[in-house]
Amino acid sequence: MTWAPGRITEAWTETPGTRSLVIDIPHWPGHIAGQHVDVRLTAEDGYTAVRSYSIASSSTSKRLEITVDKLADGEVSPYLVDVAEVGDMVEIRGPAGGWFIWRQHAGARAGDGENMRPVQLIGGGSGIVPLMSMIRSHGDAHSAAPFRLLYSVRTPERALFRDELVRRAAEDAPLEVTWNFSRATPAGWPTPPERLDREHVMASVFAPAERAAVYVCGSTPFVETVANWLVDAGYDAADIKTERFGGVVPA
Amino acid sequence: MGLFSSGFSGRRRPDTPGLPPGQYLTESFPVLSAGPTPRVTHEEWQFTIETEDGLQHRWSWDELMALPIADVTTDIHCVTSWSKFGTGWRGVSLDTLFDGIETSAGFTMAYSYGGYTTNVPLADLMGGKAWVAFEFDGKPLEPEHGGPARLLVPHLYFWKSAKWVRGIRMMENDEPGFWEQNGYHMYGDPWREQRYW
Ligand SMILES: Cc1cc2nc3c(=O)[nH]c(=O)nc-3n(C[C@H](O)[C@H](O)[C@H](O)COP(=O)(O)OP(=O)(O)OC[C@H]3O[C@@H](n4cnc5c(N)ncnc54)[C@H](O)[C@@H]3O)c2cc1C
Repeated sequence: MTWAPGRITEAWTETPGTRSLVIDIPHWPGHIAGQHVDVRLTAEDGYTAVRSYSIASSSTSKRLEITVDKLADGEVSPYLVDVAEVGDMVEIRGPAGGWFIWRQHAGARAGDGENMRPVQLIGGGSGIVPLMSMIRSHGDAHSAAPFRLLYSVRTPERALFRDELVRRAAEDAPLEVTWNFSRATPAGWPTPPERLDREHVMASVFAPAERAAVYVCGSTPFVETVANWLVDAGYDAADIKTERFGGVVPA
Repeated sequence: MGLFSSGFSGRRRPDTPGLPPGQYLTESFPVLSAGPTPRVTHEEWQFTIETEDGLQHRWSWDELMALPIADVTTDIHCVTSWSKFGTGWRGVSLDTLFDGIETSAGFTMAYSYGGYTTNVPLADLMGGKAWVAFEFDGKPLEPEHGGPARLLVPHLYFWKSAKWVRGIRMMENDEPGFWEQNGYHMYGDPWREQRYW
């Protein structure tokens, strides 16, 4: 897989500190929901930096859209969120990843029969991004597979794609969305803010016996914690796929 | 040489020899794994080398600890672009484990608790290039990083250093392991940027 030049054609702020970018690449082959791309930046003197970003857009579109959360002391994310402008070039390698993916069809090809396995998505913070691609793909393809999302964020202001998730949950009958707000809730929310805990996760997800395909994505500590709870609760480890974005493992 | 990204200057570390192309240095130790972290006790842990004629050579935890233990200081390179310099490990060399084992097969499949597999040519495990490691940075290896023990093959991308390693199966032909079936390179040399197919 080689590097391809990509032009930023659209950019907008999702929430304070996060931005979505549409990148146009000649001969982009499309992607499978859950895949990521590598983004390479090159400074004037040839110095380069590479980071991975999940693809946010629906696999039914031929659009490459990423959503980047700024780590204040980071090298690449502040550039993508605050500095890069429409018209700027970045280099892209991908789409990559054949594991943390969801397909509408039970086999690898369209026409292989519909994939009706229930899907449980669990996202923390910007870990929603590849899950959003799955939700968008599921909705846009009118898939009837039962989909559930548990999305944990600190505050309503930091929730990515909030309006779209509310709209899709209303329009897309097999999709259910459950929220966990850990620091502050929206006005009139029935429960006070609380850290995501084992009880909330177990109350929100499909029962282990339903053998849902589980996708957990977020910072490394978030993924480690949630995946351990699921295994403790009787989930088969083989049913759980994880994507760790980074950060330090809890001691 | 890449395409210039306007307004990007980077947080360069002046002159980093030892850094393969497309890698950046990190002080932390990120985690890449496909699923939940398996929890394996020393009591249940076993390590097996299985040759092409079906013979199995097996070590318990205590038997592994009784073998000569090597101190290894090495750079590691993850396919997700981070590298970490001068990491300190303790483990048993694969030369020690293969001592006295008869095989004419050229390839191996390392397999792990939790079902993970990765393929490595035998030549890359021999000659002081690979270990079964159980200590990192002076402490027992944490489960998130592959404890009780992981393979350590630092001259290849780090997904080849199978976490929670349970054994090695000899193969006549090179066959893809877990990440290799899911888009990663069969060999994985960081200096040649063999990340994906
Ligand atoms: C497969 C994959 C998909 C990803 N998809 C996305 C995505 O869709 N959106 C997105 O915003 N990011 C995503 N990431 C994370 C992204 O690749 C970068 O790691 C992130 O943007 C930070 O890069 P940076 O250069 O800004 O920070 P760096 O300069 O790399 O790091 C700055 C500091 O932050 C720490 N750090 C790095 N990552 C994290 C983290 N996630 N949480 C807490 N601390 C961290 C580092 O250890 C370091 O101390 C993904 C990562 C992977 C591996």
